[in-house]
Amino acid sequence: MKKLLQLAGATLVLAATADLAQAATLDTVKERGYLQCGVSTGVPGFSNPDDKGNWTGIDVDVCRAMAAAALGDAAKVKYVPLTAKERFTALQSGEIDVLSRNTTWTQTRDTSLGLNFVGVNYYDGQGFMVNKNLGVKSALELDGATVCIQAGTTTELNLADYFRENDMTFQPVVFDTSAQSIQSFETGRCDVLTSDQSQLYALRTKLAKPSDAVVLPEVISKEPLGPVVRQGDDQWLNIAKWSLYALINAEELGLNSSNIDSKAKSKDPAISRFLGKTGTGGKGLALPDDFAYQVIKQVGSYDEVFERNIGSKSPLLIERGINALWTDGGIVYAPPFR
Amino acid sequence: MFRKNTLSSAMAESASMRFWYNPTFRSVFFQLLFIGLLFLLVATIVNNTTENLEQRGITTGFDFLNQEAGFGILQSLIEYDETHTFGRTFVVGLLNTALISVLGIALSTIVGFLVGIGRLSGNWLIARLSTAYIEIFRNIPVLLQILFWYIAVLRTLPSPRQSIALGDSIFLNLRGLYLPSPVFHEGPELVLIALALALVVTIGFIRWSHQRQEKTGKSLPNFRIGLGLLVVLPLITWFASGQPVSWDTPVLKGFNFRGGFAVIPELIALLLGLTFYTASYIAENVRSGIEAINKGQTEASGALGLHTGQTMRLVIVPQAMRVAIPPLATNYMNLIKNSSLATAIGYPELVNVFMGTTLNQTGQAIEIIAMTMAVYLTMNLLVSLFMNWFNKRMALVER
Repeated sequence: MKKLLQLAGATLVLAATADLAQAATLDTVKERGYLQCGVSTGVPGFSNPDDKGNWTGIDVDVCRAMAAAALGDAAKVKYVPLTAKERFTALQSGEIDVLSRNTTWTQTRDTSLGLNFVGVNYYDGQGFMVNKNLGVKSALELDGATVCIQAGTTTELNLADYFRENDMTFQPVVFDTSAQSIQSFETGRCDVLTSDQSQLYALRTKLAKPSDAVVLPEVISKEPLGPVVRQGDDQWLNIAKWSLYALINAEELGLNSSNIDSKAKSKDPAISRFLGKTGTGGKGLALPDDFAYQVIKQVGSYDEVFERNIGSKSPLLIERGINALWTDGGIVYAPPFR
Repeated sequence: MFRKNTLSSAMAESASMRFWYNPTFRSVFFQLLFIGLLFLLVATIVNNTTENLEQRGITTGFDFLNQEAGFGILQSLIEYDETHTFGRTFVVGLLNTALISVLGIALSTIVGFLVGIGRLSGNWLIARLSTAYIEIFRNIPVLLQILFWYIAVLRTLPSPRQSIALGDSIFLNLRGLYLPSPVFHEGPELVLIALALALVVTIGFIRWSHQRQEKTGKSLPNFRIGLGLLVVLPLITWFASGQPVSWDTPVLKGFNFRGGFAVIPELIALLLGLTFYTASYIAENVRSGIEAINKGQTEASGALGLHTGQTMRLVIVPQAMRVAIPPLATNYMNLIKNSSLATAIGYPELVNVFMGTTLNQTGQAIEIIAMTMAVYLTMNLLVSLFMNWFNKRMALVER
């Protein structure tokens, strides 16, 4: 609440100061020496602080990739935890340089908030989680249920649409943070917790007895999640884009943080373009030519990022599914480095 | 603004003075200059804001108020579903804020008066308990109190299937308090008319009784007779018109109780938090008001033959109100403002619904925050106006 007011104040003040945002974000970031990255208040696997206060997650790794590309050091990131409600205002007002906080790419957000979506780092869909002992097998049995939601998400809209479409009623209980909604779900204030499915799996690990809750099979929406930057700074948008594409292209080229040094000697023209030895490198982005090398060396490929945070090497155990590369039957696809 | 009495003397002297030494000229000049600069500042801010918003491609204007909202709201005093507009969500939030404010002000006034008088009571236990109450609730942040009621108290209630039942029509569980709601059939107007009639007769009777008392000195039990009239007359009509209202009782069906009237736990927690917090301040206002009255007043009214209750009601409280009303208004306004803390527990009031979800779905922060601020400003100004009027009425008329 207090934070929201601060943000509101910041918007007004910033809106009132002309020319401030006109300075290129890259220059601002370089001058400051670190990247300010908006993340969630804690969704395991996506952006979550560990017990030492270090942030991890696939959204966090996008920011680390951008820092590696822009500053040459993936560690030079300051994370700003934001609720769903606060996130866009924080980006609009310049409090953060990039928003990487499991944010769904929608038309309204892309066209009327003064923001640009960079790409997709996780293809998600909205689902429902219920307590096992309710015996519910399908979302269509949820008529009359009380549903916990996080405020300011596309989830709120999809939920209303889905229940209306299927002639069912529901009572929404809306909280600011996912911590509040999972706590309310656990104590029984609501029958159902709804969110993007990946988040449900992540939040389930926070329950005292994760096995007591089940995620229902229905996926009621498409939620392409990805990083967001301010509109009007094309250079910065490109840096964000190609940092993300570097992760995906690396997987496609079979590169990862451990083999990149040995593969650097390879004669494969695609790899040498990727590493900036031939081709345009980072010139068009005003970055060093080896920016993609830095990204992969310090952060890893998309495959590493996925498995480490939400896949087989994490407690979430989410399968690649549609988030596999296009060559492996998924829909993850990035334009080539050429 | 202008000091008229100095005007003529200044004019007289001004013949021998340059005009910029003229105090009238100076005061007018500097005031105009200040207003001009203020206007310029505001204009610059507005201009820059619109220009920058446009440059950044952020949509502006109030068109969004007519767009379909598309999200559900937990509690609404008017008809609302997701097909209504964002404008409607504003009204829903506003009414929910008004509801908590009105309930909070009414309850905290009652509790505050009782505790305030209790603290001055001759009864040792009542006085100590009141003191303890005030010191505890006044010194803990109100947000903590709201969270305490919500998480520590209401969350420990049983689930809907194990509800605490009072008879077979009232249920309490962690989803809220479920009460039977009245269903009106034909003819409830008659009961309302009877109630209105009883009200008019009661007021007339009390006036007559006051006049009679002033003339003859004899008093009647006004309160009991009035109450009797107000209850008996509508009750007779009720039965005479064939009991036109039945009750819709809540029934457990599926996940939740259906039918009846549900009071959500968010409302209860917020109401308890705000009431007990504000009441502790009001209690202190009342105490300060009463302690401001000279002890001689009590002794004098005793000498005139008034008993303790009458002394309190006719002599002490009316005078104490003079002292207590202005700070009371401040407390009411604080309660209204504190109601925005509801967002911490998900009670769907203005800040949660409109400045929360609506703002996030439309992204029009400046318009929405301005509208929200305007609401609180208006509500508080209305309270302030009313309390000033009330204060004037209650103030001692000095002759």
